Amino acid sequence: MRTVNSLIGSPIERLEDLRFLRGRGQYVDDLARKDMLHAAILRSSVAHGRIRSIAVAAARALPGVHSVITAKDIGNRVPRVPMRLQPLPDFEPFGQPVIAETKVRYVGEAIAVVLAETAAIAEDALGLIEVEIEPLPAVADRRASAQDASLLFEDKGTNLAIKFRAVRGDAAAAFADAPYVRRESFRTQRHMALPLEPRGLLAEWDAARGRLTLSGGAKVLFFNRRTLAKQMGLPESAIEIVENDVGGGFGARGEFYPEDFLIPFAARHTGRPVKWTEDRREHLMCVNHAREAECDVEIACKRDGTILALRGHAYVDVGAYMRTNGAVGARNVAQFMSGPYRIPHIDVDVALQLTNKTPVGTYRGPGRFETDFFRERLLDMVAQDLGLDRVEFRRRNLVSQREMPYQIATITPFESKDEFDSGDYQTTLDRCLDEIKWTEKSKLAGKLIDGRYHGLALGCFIEGGAAGPKESARIVLEPDGLYSVYVGSSAIGQGLETAFAQIAADALEVTIDRIRGVFHGSTCYVDDGYGAYHSRSVVMGGSAMLDAAKNLREAIRAQAAQRLGCQPSEVEIVEGSKAVGPGGKSIALNGLSSEGISAEGAFLNKKHTYTYGAHAAHVAVDAKLGHVELVDYVVVEDCGRIINPLTVHGQAIGSVVQGLGGAMMEHLVYDQEGQLLTGSLADYLIPTASDFPNIRAIVMGDHPSPINPLGAKGAGEGGIIAAGGVMANAVANALSAFGAQPRELPLTPTRVWELAQAPRK
Amino acid sequence: MKLPPFDYACPTTLPEAVQLLATSNGDAKAIAGGQSLVPMLAFRLAQPSLLVDLRKLPDLRGIRISAKGVTLGAMVRWRDIEDDERLDTAHPLLKAAIAHVAHYQVRNRGTVGGSLAHADPAAEMPGIAMTCDAEIAVVGKSGAHVIQAADFFQGALTTALTPDEIIVEIRLPAWPAGRRWGFEEFARRRGDFAMAAAAVFYDQDANGKAHNAHVGVIGVADRPLRLPAVEDVLNGRAIDATIIAKAEAAASAAVDPQDDIHASAAYRRALVGTLVERALKRAAA
Repeated sequence: MRTVNSLIGSPIERLEDLRFLRGRGQYVDDLARKDMLHAAILRSSVAHGRIRSIAVAAARALPGVHSVITAKDIGNRVPRVPMRLQPLPDFEPFGQPVIAETKVRYVGEAIAVVLAETAAIAEDALGLIEVEIEPLPAVADRRASAQDASLLFEDKGTNLAIKFRAVRGDAAAAFADAPYVRRESFRTQRHMALPLEPRGLLAEWDAARGRLTLSGGAKVLFFNRRTLAKQMGLPESAIEIVENDVGGGFGARGEFYPEDFLIPFAARHTGRPVKWTEDRREHLMCVNHAREAECDVEIACKRDGTILALRGHAYVDVGAYMRTNGAVGARNVAQFMSGPYRIPHIDVDVALQLTNKTPVGTYRGPGRFETDFFRERLLDMVAQDLGLDRVEFRRRNLVSQREMPYQIATITPFESKDEFDSGDYQTTLDRCLDEIKWTEKSKLAGKLIDGRYHGLALGCFIEGGAAGPKESARIVLEPDGLYSVYVGSSAIGQGLETAFAQIAADALEVTIDRIRGVFHGSTCYVDDGYGAYHSRSVVMGGSAMLDAAKNLREAIRAQAAQRLGCQPSEVEIVEGSKAVGPGGKSIALNGLSSEGISAEGAFLNKKHTYTYGAHAAHVAVDAKLGHVELVDYVVVEDCGRIINPLTVHGQAIGSVVQGLGGAMMEHLVYDQEGQLLTGSLADYLIPTASDFPNIRAIVMGDHPSPINPLGAKGAGEGGIIAAGGVMANAVANALSAFGAQPRELPLTPTRVWELAQAPRK
Repeated sequence: MKLPPFDYACPTTLPEAVQLLATSNGDAKAIAGGQSLVPMLAFRLAQPSLLVDLRKLPDLRGIRISAKGVTLGAMVRWRDIEDDERLDTAHPLLKAAIAHVAHYQVRNRGTVGGSLAHADPAAEMPGIAMTCDAEIAVVGKSGAHVIQAADFFQGALTTALTPDEIIVEIRLPAWPAGRRWGFEEFARRRGDFAMAAAAVFYDQDANGKAHNAHVGVIGVADRPLRLPAVEDVLNGRAIDATIIAKAEAAASAAVDPQDDIHASAAYRRALVGTLVERALKRAAA
């Protein structure tokens, strides 16, 4: 009998790959229905203004146009996009109407929906809609926002959505006695997740049965169903949201957006299936933006490099509305500014300032990328001031294993307490130093070799995972003896089917080919699910699956006991294929039940897992071009018990590449009128295959999490989190002869060139 | 991002194509490889009533090399230039510059004539045309004529072409053996539009002095530029480190770039100097 798990921890190839490589993935845009209408959305070209009139007659008259929907057609009060996370009453006044009612507050906000026989006709009709908007002064950045001279929401009298505060210990007292203090300001730029497949939806309304089917769901389908049911006045059970294959999520795809109401509404309004496929320009101006943060912070240390305290202010430009998860990044900027380091006294507040720009949401490593840039830059400056070795300074201050669980700063006003669960932060740092050959390469630091300055840097990070409150799973022993697995979390490209098949097969003690399939995401598979965010799918869904497997095995034993005429406790399940009773009497599982046997499982959790690790980079800077070549990049992370080293490794590499995009190129540029100037991929630059070929990732699994039965921790965000800080520190190190101190991302050629304009020391 | 409505014609003779353009009141557009025009249509920045496809016009094809120089038919694609080994000696500067055009998918489709007619200020082909004193042969309703490159480019996306005119070919003067040259480009990613690029060449006399110096840059103005001030630094001098440093300074002083979302004016000014310096180092090596 098998008693040892063998699949968990094995680098098995992704079960998804064969389907995708054969071109059999099915994305929402692949779907078509008879009599389907195509939607195109008229979006505001004005950042801030009052709508005076919308004239749609000419558009409606265009041959091929079925109808045009504006706020007037929707009803008395247009529904708002809700807050999914941190649903504080403070945010309610700043909610986004699903279609502009009286004002427009950002370029890209929906004003009207055209439904036509083809997507091209629908787009033609957009040009025939006449909208009169009285322009109001655009609030273009967080400073203008704080002045409250022009208000996005006049009733509120302020553009400040909320201020969070992260507190630990007594920072004021610690600063009063501190022998060394340094104050600095840093800034990260607005950029975004940018999955390669833009969003899309297909809504079908069955008038006879009063049922709605919405394809194109992702990430958090159950929450979106609850939201949509309320907005459309339907019972939840009348709505099915279907998850299709997706070309990337990264936090942005699958959140509830205005279109998630508008397209289903249009289907009910017209009585015909309605499809909408977002184009790239819309995607750049409509999907959640992220990362636009600034800080003005002080750090206090002893002369030996012991960090005493951190205090100051951070500012996050949250765009025009508070929607779904728009507060997470800002909270994380404050709460995780201390990173994996022991900082006993903390007092950092963060102001969420509304501006006339696209609303923000989470993007892989939300808030953490920003705040790690601030902190790791600051740490290098402190080490330089105090004449300390950068590595030893960090080592001295990393939270140690004996301090676990380690309480971090608490966020108010909603009392978000949190603690690190486990780990040995020194080991990933050591491994990272080994891998990049730190000692040997340190000799190159700041040297000019063949026209390029070499630089070296490192940084440490933590990555939160396992958001609760719950995840659900269900496993069915089919009549043919195979197992079907159903989970409430969603696939956004992270290899979910593979990981869950591994977990289920091990828990059921069967080979992986006995798992008929892993069915996920869609609202029809389990009663409730919480989706794919905060690196939670495997930790939460996997733990729920262990519970479901245990329950299923009990159900099988009970059923077999009846057939074998014994007690359930006397039945043993062997190889997942037969039940053996006392005296060796056995029954094959494929004949056990004609309907199949089903069992559910759940995992409830209020704590978070903390994956941790270190990054190191070696760069060569052409100071005259301002060009940074990445010579070597290493990320080492420990994500607890590893389900599949191959997929985790792939995620780590991809995550680093995205982080390098944020560090070096990606920037959503707005002008002072609130116009987005980077409206295509010719201007919004993302890393391509040839940009960063030298990236290595090492994933360790030495310290399982104590807070879930799998021992797993979140994975997939660690590669992005430290990338900005590490690249900036590497450039600073390379250009140390010029006294370069980058305080802002991205490290564009202009910025790098400017850093090298000071006279050489 | 769906194309706006338009009519489509695919003539088989040049006169027919000219006729179609001439009778559309300036509202028709010729389409060659479509690598600039189709995205502009998708963004609805261009909404012509008629597209005149040039793909069936036999007169616009082929690379001809003679004692007089290199002639590129307007429908020659970047890929044709890359693959033509004769150009390694017949016009190495052209070949080096074209290697920087976009990505291979675009290079398989994009054409010489399309790039000249589109006149992007950061595009390589217009830069080579300017640097090399090219002649651009066009045909329109009033017949065929030749436009000097210096007169052809009139601003960003603006040329001397009238709406009824089609580019037939571009003629690059002969490239003598032993000519010194260099091409340097910097883009944020390989294949992106150039932040700037510099093309230089000169001939050397028996004493090792440069003459006939040509220096052209792209990406720093509303059109490709020749930099006579830099050429003056080079002509009659041996190209050594001192002269190269002077040329670098002269190049930076000669341009007046604007700030844009990808770079500051000050950076671009310095960049032009650096690229001219590096191109000259390569030429003199």
